[in-house]
Amino acid sequence: MMCWDPRIEEMPKEELQRMQYKLLKSLVYRLYSFSPFYHDRMKEEKVHPDDIRSLSDVKKLPFMFKRDLRDNYPDKIFTASQDELVRYHVSSGTTGKPTVVGYTQNDLNLWTSSLARGLTSIGLGRGDVIQVSYGYGLFTGGLGMHYGAERIGATVLPTSVGNTERQIELMQDLGATAIACTPSYLLHIGEVAEKMGVDIKKDTKLRAGILGAEPWTSGMRTRIESWLGIKAYDIYGTSELSGPMYTECAEQKGFHIWSDIALVEIIDPKTGESLEPGEKGELTITMLQKEALPMIRFRIGDITTVEEGICPCGRTHPRIQRIQGRVDDMLIIRGINVFPSQVEFALMAIPEVGQHFQIIVERKGALDDMLVRVELNKESFSDKITDIMKVKEKVEHRLRNSLNVNVNIELVEPGSLPRFEGKSKKVIDKRSL
Amino acid sequence: MDTKKFVIKQISIFSENRPGRLASIAHALGEEKINILAFSIAEASGFGVVRALVDHPDKAYKKLSTLGFNVAFTDVIAVQMKDIPGGLYEIAKILGDAQINIEYSYAYSGKDAAVLILRVDLVDDAIEKILTSGATLLERTVFH
Repeated sequence: MMCWDPRIEEMPKEELQRMQYKLLKSLVYRLYSFSPFYHDRMKEEKVHPDDIRSLSDVKKLPFMFKRDLRDNYPDKIFTASQDELVRYHVSSGTTGKPTVVGYTQNDLNLWTSSLARGLTSIGLGRGDVIQVSYGYGLFTGGLGMHYGAERIGATVLPTSVGNTERQIELMQDLGATAIACTPSYLLHIGEVAEKMGVDIKKDTKLRAGILGAEPWTSGMRTRIESWLGIKAYDIYGTSELSGPMYTECAEQKGFHIWSDIALVEIIDPKTGESLEPGEKGELTITMLQKEALPMIRFRIGDITTVEEGICPCGRTHPRIQRIQGRVDDMLIIRGINVFPSQVEFALMAIPEVGQHFQIIVERKGALDDMLVRVELNKESFSDKITDIMKVKEKVEHRLRNSLNVNVNIELVEPGSLPRFEGKSKKVIDKRSL
Repeated sequence: MDTKKFVIKQISIFSENRPGRLASIAHALGEEKINILAFSIAEASGFGVVRALVDHPDKAYKKLSTLGFNVAFTDVIAVQMKDIPGGLYEIAKILGDAQINIEYSYAYSGKDAAVLILRVDLVDDAIEKILTSGATLLERTVFH
C-alpha cells in the first residue's frame, strides 16, 4: 500500500484518539479565549473548556450551522486577521447569501496534504497527468484539487469547466490519466466524446476519475466505470471544511476522514443526539486544526453513516459512507421523506431508461404529486405503445417500491433533459407551502 | 413463397406529447425532400409514437436520429382494399380466421383503391394467407 504519510495514516486508533483529544482541548481553549462568537455560544450552552475531559465530551459543545457563516458575512467569525490570510473562497450561495471562507498558510497546507494522502491512496502520483475539470475561482474545487495534485508530483492539466470538446482533445493529446470533476460533468464528457467519435476507453489513457461536489450513487459509479473503462472514486468536502478534502482509497469503501484533521460525529438531524457508529444520520464535523475559520460540530446537512473499523487498505481512520442525501434536499411527499438520490439509485437499476432525471413536485388539490421525467433509451424504444407503457409501469413500480410513495413517470426523448456542468439541480418543487 | 418483396419498412418515432414535436419531425423530413406516403400517430399519456411510410426510410432514419429522436424500423404490410362497404371486413376476416393478430393498423384512401397498413404478429403467415385468399398486397417498391 502506498501512503503519503504512513505514520499518521496507519497510526493505531487509540493514539489517534489521544491526539484528537489534545487538539480538541487546545482548540476549545483557544476559541473560548479569542473568539467572541464562540465564547458567547459556549456561555449560552453553559459549557466551559474545563468541561472537556475526554473526546466524547465534544457532545457538550454547541453546534455550528451554515447560517452562522451567512449571518456573520463576510468574515466576522474569522479567528485570523486579514494579514494572516493567504486566500479567500466564496461559496456559490445557491441556498441563500454567499459565504466566505478564509485560509492561513497552515490551513492551505493541511487541506493540500489531506488531498495528497487521498490521491496517493488511489494510486496516483508522479508520472500521472491529472485533468482538473472542477471550476477554478471562487469555488474550492478547482484550486483545491490543483494544489493537491501538484503536491504528489503529478502533472496538472487545469482545464476547469466548460469547452468540453477541447477538454477531450487535451485529454487525448496530453495523456491525462485521471480527471477530477463532478460525476454529471464526466457523463457529459462521455456523451460529447461519443459524438466526436472518441472512445474514452481506447483512445485516451484515462484510468481514474475523482468525482464529487454533487450527490451520486453506486449505480452511477458502475455505469461510469463500465462505460468509460476507468475507476471512479468519490471525493468529499465542503468549503466550510476547506474544500474537496477526503477521497476513498483504492478499496472504494468510503471516504477516509483523517482523524488528525477532523473529528466526525453522526447525529439525529431532528434531536441533535449523537448516534451509534453505523447508524444513518447527519454528518457533523469538528475541524481540529483550522486557524482562520474554525468549525466546531459543524452540521453539514449531509446524510450518511460512519464506519469506525479499520479499512481493508490498512488505514485506521474512520470512513464515512457515500452521501445518501441532504437534510435540506429532503422532499417530504405526502409525509414521506424522499431523497433525490433514492430516485437516482432506483433508476440506475433499470436499463430501459437513461441516467438523467428531473423531479417535479406539485400540489394537486390537497395531495402532493411527484412526477419523475426520465429519458427512454434508444434500445428500449418500440413502435408499439403497449411496450413503452410496460417500461413506464416498470419504472413507476420500482420507484414506488423504493420510495414508498406513488410516483408518476413521464418518458421523454433521449437527450432532452437538461445536462448540468456544475452542481445538478434535479428537483423542481412547485408547491407553495 | 417469396414474402420479402411485400415487407415494407415503416419508421416509428418516439415523441413527447407537446406542441411542436410533430412539426419538427415533419420539418426535418421536408428538409431532406422525403415524402410521407402514409402516416399515423398513436398517443399515450405524455408521449406518442409517430408511424410513417416514406419514400426514403434510411435517409429519414439517419436524419431523425442525428436530431436526437428515438427512431426504429418496423416491418409492416400494405393490403389493397375495395373502397366499398365491407372492404375492410374482407381483409380483417382473412387474418382473423388465420389467428393472426393485428397489433395496429392505419389506412389511406388512394387514387385507385383504399390501402390498409398492418402491423401483425406473424408477418410471413399474414402475407401468405392474404395472397392465397386472392387479395392484393402492395409491393415494397410501391413505397420505396
